[in-house]
Amino acid sequence: MSIKLGLPRALLYYEYMPLWKTFFESLGAQIVVSQKTNKSMFDQGAKYCVNEACLPLKIFHAHAASLREKADFIFIPRLRSIKRYEYICPKFTGLPDMIRSSIPDLPPIIDTEINLHKDKSKLMDAFFEAGSFFTADRGEIKSAYQKAVAEHKRYLAQMQKGSLVNDILERKETPQNGDLKIGVMGHMYNLYDEYANISVMKKLLQEKVKITTPEMISQEIIDKKAEQMPKKLFWSFARKLMGAAIYFTEKKNVDGVIYLMSFGCGIDSFIAELCERRLRKSGIPFCLLVLDEHSGQAGVNTRIEAFLDMLRWRRDDESYFSPYGKYLCLGKDPV
Amino acid sequence: MKVTFPHMGNIYVLVKTLFDELGIEYVIPPMCNKRTLEIGAKYAPEMACLPLKINIGNFIQAMEQGADTIVITGGCGPCRFGYYAEMHREILRDLGYDIEIIALELNDKGIKELLEKMKKLFGGKIASSAIPLYRALKALIQMDKLEALSYVVRAREKEKGATDRIIDEFHKKIKSVYGCKNIVKLIEDTKLMLLRLPLDSGHKPLRIGLVGEIYTLVEPFTNLGIDRLLGNMGVEVNRSLYLSEWIIEHIIKGGLKIRKKQLFQTEAEPYLKTPIGGHAQETLGHSVIYAKQHYDGIIQIYPLTCMPEIVADSILPQIRKDFNIPVMTLIVDEMTGEAGYMTRIDAFVDMLLRKNMTKEKASEALFFRN
Repeated sequence: MSIKLGLPRALLYYEYMPLWKTFFESLGAQIVVSQKTNKSMFDQGAKYCVNEACLPLKIFHAHAASLREKADFIFIPRLRSIKRYEYICPKFTGLPDMIRSSIPDLPPIIDTEINLHKDKSKLMDAFFEAGSFFTADRGEIKSAYQKAVAEHKRYLAQMQKGSLVNDILERKETPQNGDLKIGVMGHMYNLYDEYANISVMKKLLQEKVKITTPEMISQEIIDKKAEQMPKKLFWSFARKLMGAAIYFTEKKNVDGVIYLMSFGCGIDSFIAELCERRLRKSGIPFCLLVLDEHSGQAGVNTRIEAFLDMLRWRRDDESYFSPYGKYLCLGKDPV
Repeated sequence: MKVTFPHMGNIYVLVKTLFDELGIEYVIPPMCNKRTLEIGAKYAPEMACLPLKINIGNFIQAMEQGADTIVITGGCGPCRFGYYAEMHREILRDLGYDIEIIALELNDKGIKELLEKMKKLFGGKIASSAIPLYRALKALIQMDKLEALSYVVRAREKEKGATDRIIDEFHKKIKSVYGCKNIVKLIEDTKLMLLRLPLDSGHKPLRIGLVGEIYTLVEPFTNLGIDRLLGNMGVEVNRSLYLSEWIIEHIIKGGLKIRKKQLFQTEAEPYLKTPIGGHAQETLGHSVIYAKQHYDGIIQIYPLTCMPEIVADSILPQIRKDFNIPVMTLIVDEMTGEAGYMTRIDAFVDMLLRKNMTKEKASEALFFRN
């Protein structure tokens, strides 16, 4: 019987799902992905996590806990750096240790370290290490790796065509019509986890909005725009977000920007602020939604509706003044 | 050019000594106070960590006194501290302050940029600034030793408050003392005064180890002077991090790439395999060391939303279980209330005393959370 490998549907799942799935499946593993986040699962799993952690981390704990009896191994890579001279959030690096010490009775964790900060060639070693759990044949791992990378490239290309990640994974079409174009920014695990963002994406699509996300902008543009920062941004995700924000300010190709940030996110605490300052200066309306486990559907909907109303009024009526002066100042005769 | 810098515990002793020796004009910002934090909390991003907010307050207060250049250190991640300089620049510029920020840091482009910045700061004399730098660092080492000594003395003093008086007097005096020689002499004198204090030899103090994020550990304003609070309760504290060590290990040895593996790293590895930035490994490693040295308890302090410490915080229960040592976590931000904070420390010390009194190891270890 093939080995069952658990993949938590959280954090970097949205970024690397096709890559991991193809890689492990070509090595003969059976992939078990945790369910979509729901309330009972969150309540059962998040209690293992420290209070101070951000919402995505709590969701990850819940997903890992839900895989307890379903998988032989759980794959939680120790990601330190995915590009030369760049890092990702410190919590990702400590993630396997956090999970191991806070959730009891878990199956063994495959915690391959991926650290490309100093040396790009380490990537292959990481794949050999992860693959060694399934086969001893290095040639087989190598061909699985090549297949996985090809799949990942296809995935990236699909994103850049303007499809939302969830639609790609579920093989659906993303509606491309809409009278407003909104840039929705944030980490992928906030944008595509419907439980985390209380269905913001669905709401926007219902409201006939065309969504642009940082994933839809090509890597070269992102890199070029992010270089404009006076100091190099050393977090890979921050570069993507900042690059996208600068791209929006220069192209002015969105009517407004909604930024989804999780409460207590260290990177977003700086990047959301920097993006807001830049977008405001260029006259693009900006709406920051801070997510945590206490956010309510009604409150978020109200804010989104108000934001969209404002954008539509601005587009339709900005230069409109009543020709009948009396209504400009209520209750008094016009001067 | 009037240079200023952010406060961080005793760092002002080092900067003052250095600038005195080099003859650079400087402004020491007012010691961190309520207004500093109010200014900082007003202008800094809401979710930013506490040190950034206090830095902003420091700078604005220093500019009120005529400073026009800021010097700070930096880094290249993954902790947020590496991007502080940019945030400072952005916030102060948008507020309309015309100020220059010199961030001394090593980046991926090599040492050239750092040297150029140092040249600008020191007025072209890089080579001749080596000796003053060395002297200033020596003064800071002395200062940190003085502080460590005060922890031992304070817990055992016969006349309560005597240590505090001497240390307060020292901080008052140092502002009107100039030059490395005189500053070191003042530190030596204060040390002698501490050593001459009458001690209560019968008192067997509780021992508590302080671990956590470095800024909140060394800056008494952020931790509400926890070392003093505990010392005055008759507890001997041991702080895991000192500024001088941090500068020697990270900036000097790290810069020259001759850093060796330290004991805390070996001890932390079973719990956290790799360094993750900030002081997570230090926190875990030192906790293990304290536990092995049979300390009575451990207190972890960190600013709200600190990324590396959250990781350490979630692994600490494992250490508590393995070594059966009580651990308390204190999280500070601009909303920290003094009364609640004091109550928790009081209760923690009470528990430890009780545990010692009964001379039994409690079967269930204590673990407090916010």
